[in-house]
Amino acid sequence: MITRFSVGRVLAWVFIAVVLVVTLFPFYWILRTALSNNFTLATNPSSLLPVDFTFGPFRRVLGLATTAQAQAEGGSGASLDVLLYLRNSVIYAAGLTVIVVLCSAGGAYAFARLYWRGRDAVFSILLCALMIPSVFTMLPNFVLVKDLGLTNTFAGLIAPNALFFAFALFFLRQFMLGIPAEIEEAAIVDGAGYFRILFRIILPMSSGPLTTLSLLMFIVAWNDYFWPLLVTSKNSVQPLTLALGVFKQSSPNTAPDWAGLMAATLVAALPMLALFVVFGRRIVNSIGFTGFR
Amino acid sequence: MTSRPKVPAARRGDARVAWLLVSPAIIGFSAFYGFPLVRGIYLSFTEFHVLTPPKWVGLANFRELLGDEVFWHSLEITVYFVLLQVAIGTVVSLAIAAVLHRLTHSALLRGVILLPYLISNVIAALVWQWMLDPQLGIVNVLLKNLTGDTVQFFGSSAWAVPTLAAISVWKWMGYFAILILAGLQTIPVAIYEAGRVDGASEVQMFLRLTLPLLRPILVMVVVLSVINAFQVFDIVQITTQGGPANASNVLQMYIYQKAFGQFDFGYAATMSLALLVLLAGITFLQLRIARAGQSDLG
Repeated sequence: MITRFSVGRVLAWVFIAVVLVVTLFPFYWILRTALSNNFTLATNPSSLLPVDFTFGPFRRVLGLATTAQAQAEGGSGASLDVLLYLRNSVIYAAGLTVIVVLCSAGGAYAFARLYWRGRDAVFSILLCALMIPSVFTMLPNFVLVKDLGLTNTFAGLIAPNALFFAFALFFLRQFMLGIPAEIEEAAIVDGAGYFRILFRIILPMSSGPLTTLSLLMFIVAWNDYFWPLLVTSKNSVQPLTLALGVFKQSSPNTAPDWAGLMAATLVAALPMLALFVVFGRRIVNSIGFTGFR
Repeated sequence: MTSRPKVPAARRGDARVAWLLVSPAIIGFSAFYGFPLVRGIYLSFTEFHVLTPPKWVGLANFRELLGDEVFWHSLEITVYFVLLQVAIGTVVSLAIAAVLHRLTHSALLRGVILLPYLISNVIAALVWQWMLDPQLGIVNVLLKNLTGDTVQFFGSSAWAVPTLAAISVWKWMGYFAILILAGLQTIPVAIYEAGRVDGASEVQMFLRLTLPLLRPILVMVVVLSVINAFQVFDIVQITTQGGPANASNVLQMYIYQKAFGQFDFGYAATMSLALLVLLAGITFLQLRIARAGQSDLG
């Protein structure tokens, strides 16, 4: 690290400051707009503070304002049932996360700790999945999900990734390979069965990687847009990312309800921001080590 | 652990349990990777409108592809987007990582620059569309005060793609900076101490030490961001939907419109196949280059 004072050091800090401003300003702008009155927003677009401070936009998107109130504050009157979409997002992201982590943990155990004929061959075949970009499998997968009658269901939403998510399997296998065999052997001598070993020894020892994986899966599913766009068209299953797009299109083009839109955006981003506050360091480290996307 | 496993006598029950445990992965892989790969290739030789069974048309889709000006335009636009995003994104991420590495080990800073990665593309697209709004967007209000003019960031053909690339850079720069930073941290500090003893400046050390040692990581970052950028869709769909007049009609957008706007699944599958071959080729090339440039740390 540079410790002495120098022009370069000052410039470097200035650069970091600029990066921070560029990174953070849009987040502040979401908040500032979401707390503004959508009508008066237009009169003072450069104000750094909320214009005509109000919680109206949040009331609008949470369905707490009447249509008349909403329109009086510049809303379109079209309500966005954020709570419903939030529920859908939680079901989708949490459901996918739980199933992926369970299936991957079991599979990783079989690949890392058990001896069976064909193990390496099967693993190499599964490895091929990393080479196939999702852009290619999306359309055929949509046709398949449609054929199975799973469009507009949560099962259809999670289907393509739930049973097999390449990164998750490889990530956990890599960790489990490093667990000393002695611990397992001692348990076998004591007469423990496979599932007892898996649930009482291997999984507890893998709690760190399991947490990291769960976090990353949840983030990816929460932010997913393209797949839900293909397979859902009903409010009852659409996640929040989709609803935001719909909400934007439903607001009039000439005078969009930017305040309401930003309030909805903030509500959609809050779970991610909360995860960041609680698990920030773990997320940073996991990306540094894994290159997860 | 890739050598053939020796089976201890006590572990003969392993196979049954193992197959049980890996069966979800095998089913998931077969149904949602293997089968769609084959089916996607098959569909690209058919005329298929989802509601009626696919009809084999041989190479008709490929001939259509060759003569489809919108497709070639989309490809051009996409390559333009990829070049902008990868070039700017890599340089910015590298700069952030290098400066953070030599300046501070603050975990908070590293976390904060990762924030845009944590939110969805949709949110990134919406907030930037608001900030770049021609009348009320803060960026245009400031531009108007400074230059007396506003810029139609999404509404003009010249600006649409660079604007989308800039949003994408914003979204991913922290993520790639963290990846590069992890690579930087594997470089032994002693090398820099030796460099300083020899009287090298920070800039010299960056060019002569950091960059060469970082090459494998940089290649990985470029491969990841190229593959990522080629599949850009979300931010386009939210902001311009390919407009104005196809100016930002990236490949994935065009494929989506063909499939779900015109229900021309056969042709959409053909374009996906072309994109798949293109991505495979690029990845292969980049990895060849990477192998030629193994880190000197070995």
